[in-house]
Amino acid sequence: HCCLLRNQRCIVAYLYDRLLRIRALRWEYGSILPNAIQFHMAAEEVEWFNRYKKSLATYMRSVGGEEGLDLTQDIKPPKSLYIEVRCLRDYGEFEIDDGTTVLLKKNSQHFLPRWKCEQLIRQGVLEHILS
Amino acid sequence: MAAAGGEELDSDDGSEELVLTPLQLIRSLEQAWLNEKFAPELLESKPEIIECVVEQLDHMEANLKRAKKGDLKVSVHRMEIERIRYVLSSYLRCRLVKIEKFFPHVLEKEKSRAKGEPSILSPEEFAFAKEYMANTETYLKNVALKHMPPNLQKVALLKSVPKPNLDSFVFLRVLKRQENILVEPETDEQREYTIDLEEGSQHLIRYKTIAPLVASGAVQLI
Repeated sequence: HCCLLRNQRCIVAYLYDRLLRIRALRWEYGSILPNAIQFHMAAEEVEWFNRYKKSLATYMRSVGGEEGLDLTQDIKPPKSLYIEVRCLRDYGEFEIDDGTTVLLKKNSQHFLPRWKCEQLIRQGVLEHILS
Repeated sequence: MAAAGGEELDSDDGSEELVLTPLQLIRSLEQAWLNEKFAPELLESKPEIIECVVEQLDHMEANLKRAKKGDLKVSVHRMEIERIRYVLSSYLRCRLVKIEKFFPHVLEKEKSRAKGEPSILSPEEFAFAKEYMANTETYLKNVALKHMPPNLQKVALLKSVPKPNLDSFVFLRVLKRQENILVEPETDEQREYTIDLEEGSQHLIRYKTIAPLVASGAVQLI
């Protein structure tokens, strides 16, 4: 009987650890997972992920006023308002707060507001240049 | 705090009319943030502070939209908004991480809470915690447990998920003088003794000993 309990514990531990990693993916990649990763997930895990992100979205929406507060932004304390970024691949037009648009072409460099770039940096479209 | 935040704010407390200046509000947000960061368990939820800070941020954003473009103050205010938003996000993220880490214990504590005691979970956090628990239970059941022999089909989550370690040591600064704090012995050879905490002094002590002081605001974790 002890063996059965131990086996059960091992299996549950393994499965739970996978869940924790999948949860980390939501915080790192955002709501849509890259196909390569989705390929490694079981159907139930995808279902767990979808329910988790829905739960998280409901919570975030309830927190900050009308639109909610996106908790996956602002991971690091802000050091400066504008940052130097290099574009890693063609993205197209990108609009900033004061209405001007910037064309994000591969290898072009821009000086943009930090809060607008955070999402794109995480997606791999922009790269923060540290001088 | 600069010009945009010069007005006073009414806190929507319900039971008492609390008027906090924006400076005091941000101070209390920072205090709550640091305490939450360094405490091993989930602390009391502070919905009033969160609500006021969000209101304040919206107010500042609205002010900025009306301001003249190219005005130097705009940059400074925007930086301030960013910093406050970072602290708020970090505080809420820290709480979510703890809720997810200790979910069975957090839910159990909330269930067994006495009527007058303050809640450690806001209603939204409570809903999130319940959904997280249901989600995980369903997943484990469907993937593994239903294939196991009947007497093994349940997992006692309260026992399997580790509890927060209340014996971990924390650094603190004393805000209000405390007398006769009982320190329990760690080993059998030691005996319990009492200490006095002087205002402004800093200590390294087991969290369990000073937990109620953190809740009352008498000490600040650093």
